[in-house]
Amino acid sequence: MGDFSRVETVEAAKQNHEYTQALTDLLFQLADDDFILAYRGSEWLGLAPHIEEDVAFSSMSQDMMGHAVMFYEMLEQLGVGKADDLAQLRAADAFRNAILVERKNGEGDYNNDPHYDWAYAIVRSYVYGLHKQVRLEALLQSSYVPLTLVSRKMLTEHRYHLMHWQVWLKQLANSTPEARQRLEAAIEKVWKDAGELSQLGPNADSIARYGLIAAEDELKQKWLTLAQENFEKVGLVWPGEPGVPAERGRHGQHTAELVQALATLSEVYRIDPAASW
Amino acid sequence: MAQEGMHVHDGLEATCWELLQQVTDPEIPVISMVEMGMIHQVRVEDGVAHVDVLPTFVGCPALEIMKKNIAEKLTEVEGISKVEVQFVYDPAWTSDRIAPEARGKLKSFGIAPPPIDFKPGDIWEVACPYCDSPYTQIDNLFGPAACRSILYCRHCKNPFEALKPIY
Repeated sequence: MGDFSRVETVEAAKQNHEYTQALTDLLFQLADDDFILAYRGSEWLGLAPHIEEDVAFSSMSQDMMGHAVMFYEMLEQLGVGKADDLAQLRAADAFRNAILVERKNGEGDYNNDPHYDWAYAIVRSYVYGLHKQVRLEALLQSSYVPLTLVSRKMLTEHRYHLMHWQVWLKQLANSTPEARQRLEAAIEKVWKDAGELSQLGPNADSIARYGLIAAEDELKQKWLTLAQENFEKVGLVWPGEPGVPAERGRHGQHTAELVQALATLSEVYRIDPAASW
Repeated sequence: MAQEGMHVHDGLEATCWELLQQVTDPEIPVISMVEMGMIHQVRVEDGVAHVDVLPTFVGCPALEIMKKNIAEKLTEVEGISKVEVQFVYDPAWTSDRIAPEARGKLKSFGIAPPPIDFKPGDIWEVACPYCDSPYTQIDNLFGPAACRSILYCRHCKNPFEALKPIY
């Protein structure tokens, strides 16, 4: 962590332009990761393997969307813009989420013959969830005090998300050969993108120097250790060093899949941004 | 003069707390937000009531409804012209904040109350709210609301819900 002293309030943060810039960058990464993955989760509504899972998955996606709202509201307090506008009116190149969370759920579209990949949903949610656990724990030590408070709150909820996906992973890893094979294919696919999760973007040095969160390497090592331990516990082969996608999401480079997702999720909001909900 | 003013405020705040006993979580209508331990603080200044609320689960869609219901309830009070409801995260809401008398009400509504003084690593064992049997199983960690799970009693063969321990 950096040598920066604790910043208790939003007003104090605004005294230092560089600090505010680093904090803003980090908050966009945190908010956009949760927001876009929660959106992908919402696209499973009515399509999950059974009705209980449909209830559970939508409930978790809604909760994760709530986490994104907390981060967007922190950006609003910093004067970056209205939380709803930040979520719904930015162009794709203003998003700082990792590419992993924007990938489509599978073949087809939600309204047109969806053939989504349930194994991919499990592995992506779980791998992302393990990373989020490490990230939230690191944020408990953040120099920005309001961020430590929301992280503590999210951790109490997030542990249940992780438990849920752990159950799925364990059951599929020890189920039929087909389940196992689909799971392994999903791990391979997730692993091609997963390395980007712990990247902190163009302002990474400044983010770490101000003690906003632990440095990239530390986050990555902790997360990989946790993931390896849990993969091996359910008898899965450890896939090793994760890859990174061609696009750099933390730098605002995204796939056409994000552009399409944003167009869909903000369609109603854009009709009348001034409407009261 | 100043002291008199303070007395008035104290009285108004007490009235607010009393009225907040009537505001319930729309998804658990048997207990109030006060009993849930969700009301952290009420301050009345110059006719404005400031209510600090501790969310149970931040993604809970009922939060906005509760906010609206609090505002509606407190604007009834003479001497209060405006109500400001704010969600705060310090202190964090934990399931130990639920009032003892509310735990019985939850049970009568078919929701098993969360264990008291739960610690990391503890095993969450849930007794059936209908027959008190410990012979239960978790069917789904996430029920109709993020804060609840769906369980099944293998003794009396009833499905039921339980509030998750938040610690």
